[in-house]
Amino acid sequence: MSSMPSNRRFAKLLVAVLFIGCCAISLIVPIYNHVEPRLFGIPFFYWFQFLWIIVTGMATALAYWLKV
Amino acid sequence: MQPAAVAVFLGLFVLVTVIGFFAARWRRGPLNKLEEWGLGGRRFGTVVTWFLLGGDLYTAYTFVAVPALVYGKGAIGFFAVPYTLLIFPLVYVVFTRLWSVAHRHGYITAADFVRGRFGSNWMAALVAITGILATMPYIALQLVGIEVVVAALGFPTHGWIGDMPLIIAFVVLAAYTYTSGLRAPALIAVVKDTLIYVTVIAAIVIIPLHMGGFGNIFDKIPQKMLTLAGPSHGSLGAMSAYATLALGSALALFLYPHAVTGLLSARSRNTIKRNMALLPLYSLALALIAGLGFMAYAAHLEHIPAYAEYFRHYGAQFAVPALFMHNFPAWFVGFAFAAVAIGALVPSAIMSIAAANLFTRNLWPQLMRRKLGESEEAQVAKIVSLVVKIGALAFILFIPNQFAIQFQLLGGIWIIQTLPSVVLGLYGRWFHGRALIAGWIAGMAVGTWMAATQGFHTSIYPLALGSLTVPGYAALYSVIANLAVCVAATWLLDRFKIARGHDETQSGDYSFETANETGTEGAMTVTE
Repeated sequence: MSSMPSNRRFAKLLVAVLFIGCCAISLIVPIYNHVEPRLFGIPFFYWFQFLWIIVTGMATALAYWLKV
Repeated sequence: MQPAAVAVFLGLFVLVTVIGFFAARWRRGPLNKLEEWGLGGRRFGTVVTWFLLGGDLYTAYTFVAVPALVYGKGAIGFFAVPYTLLIFPLVYVVFTRLWSVAHRHGYITAADFVRGRFGSNWMAALVAITGILATMPYIALQLVGIEVVVAALGFPTHGWIGDMPLIIAFVVLAAYTYTSGLRAPALIAVVKDTLIYVTVIAAIVIIPLHMGGFGNIFDKIPQKMLTLAGPSHGSLGAMSAYATLALGSALALFLYPHAVTGLLSARSRNTIKRNMALLPLYSLALALIAGLGFMAYAAHLEHIPAYAEYFRHYGAQFAVPALFMHNFPAWFVGFAFAAVAIGALVPSAIMSIAAANLFTRNLWPQLMRRKLGESEEAQVAKIVSLVVKIGALAFILFIPNQFAIQFQLLGGIWIIQTLPSVVLGLYGRWFHGRALIAGWIAGMAVGTWMAATQGFHTSIYPLALGSLTVPGYAALYSVIANLAVCVAATWLLDRFKIARGHDETQSGDYSFETANETGTEGAMTVTE
């Protein structure tokens, strides 16, 4: 591991943090189990999780782009 | 019966049938080899893999059952969203290793890998049996999706005439799967997903316009359906059920044979990684489709006399078809229903191929005590794929649909019992091959028992931890029992110095990439 250049190690760490963070937040239900604040009349529970698909998708795309 | 709807529906069905037979000539390869028939020659690039995995994982049953659950129970049905979201990182990190080792050693099934890794033919056979058992009811449930839309189109649903549409659809499906193998669903998936995306976008624009906007729709939903019930009376309520359903389903998904087949047919490791960044588009569509359940609820469709009969017969599963019939012109109803029906054919084809691969590779040689030659292997698999489909058809025609649903629910609990051997096997060999067998038996028993205590009506088991009740997905609870037994049995077997099987894989195999991909990682190859 020590032979790995430090920017590769940083990329791996960043992706690990993002992946674990994205998964953890979608599993900690109390974070988003609310009606308010609404967005275009849609309760928080729904628009937050919709948004979270996009965030997790972007984290995966970043991992691909960083070649992790 | 609306002639325009029926005409569009039948026209699209004929189109995919032609494509299905044509597929045998597409990227022509020797179809008398199992790798060609059952994995498309491992040549699918980014675009085809995207359609194939999308067609595979986001099935017609999903498109009918998820909004039906939202329509009937509200927020809990939305668990499909965190479930599919967990898939992207999970596959990116874990299952790319399965692709690498399978490509290196020519494995066609997950059971092939388990045999190679742990040197245990018995554990491999158990992985194969679990996969086939879990897949059969899944295929049967795809038929329910076809049944609902065919009935909604106005075809008779009683007696042998009522069964004809299903029988015709499956005979045609069986014929082109037999001749074209995995190439058929891969090509048809392109049509299927085009139909699905057009339908979803139309629905999400037109229906809220008819109903006065999203705010208006959500205002008509009772408060207690909008969010999950919180903790009360010493129970964590629906929140723990939601999280464990999402996690357990995500862990189980890529253990299903049809998911493995889609994964292993990819051309390179990078193709899969790229796909995990692109697959979220399907999850967005799925979230919107889940929302259709609320639209159907807000429109009070079950009180409309024309639909009442269907709701009595099909229950909440009729919610989305009714919503389409209520809001779309007839020709577009035909279009949308074709999306559902074709959305059932694609995964059914992949599932039957995957089950056939398992039987041929991991059960037949074990039962017959001899290895098959290459062309024999492909021939056996083709015939098994027919038998699997006939079995699924018989299941739906002769047994009440309720049993297929309960059996499918058990399938999810069963398939996750292969996690210690497949997923943890990708990372090491801490477990003894025989300990995995003991763990599998324990997990199957505990999971089935948990479902039985609920009368097989739900896979949510109210686990009591002291005075606290934690309702959760039985698959997740039972796989924990499985792992505990694996650890204990491994310790015992090693202590008594029982020999371990031979491991034919090496650590480098798990990060293997095809030569043409290692240099040009960033390049998007879309030359299909």
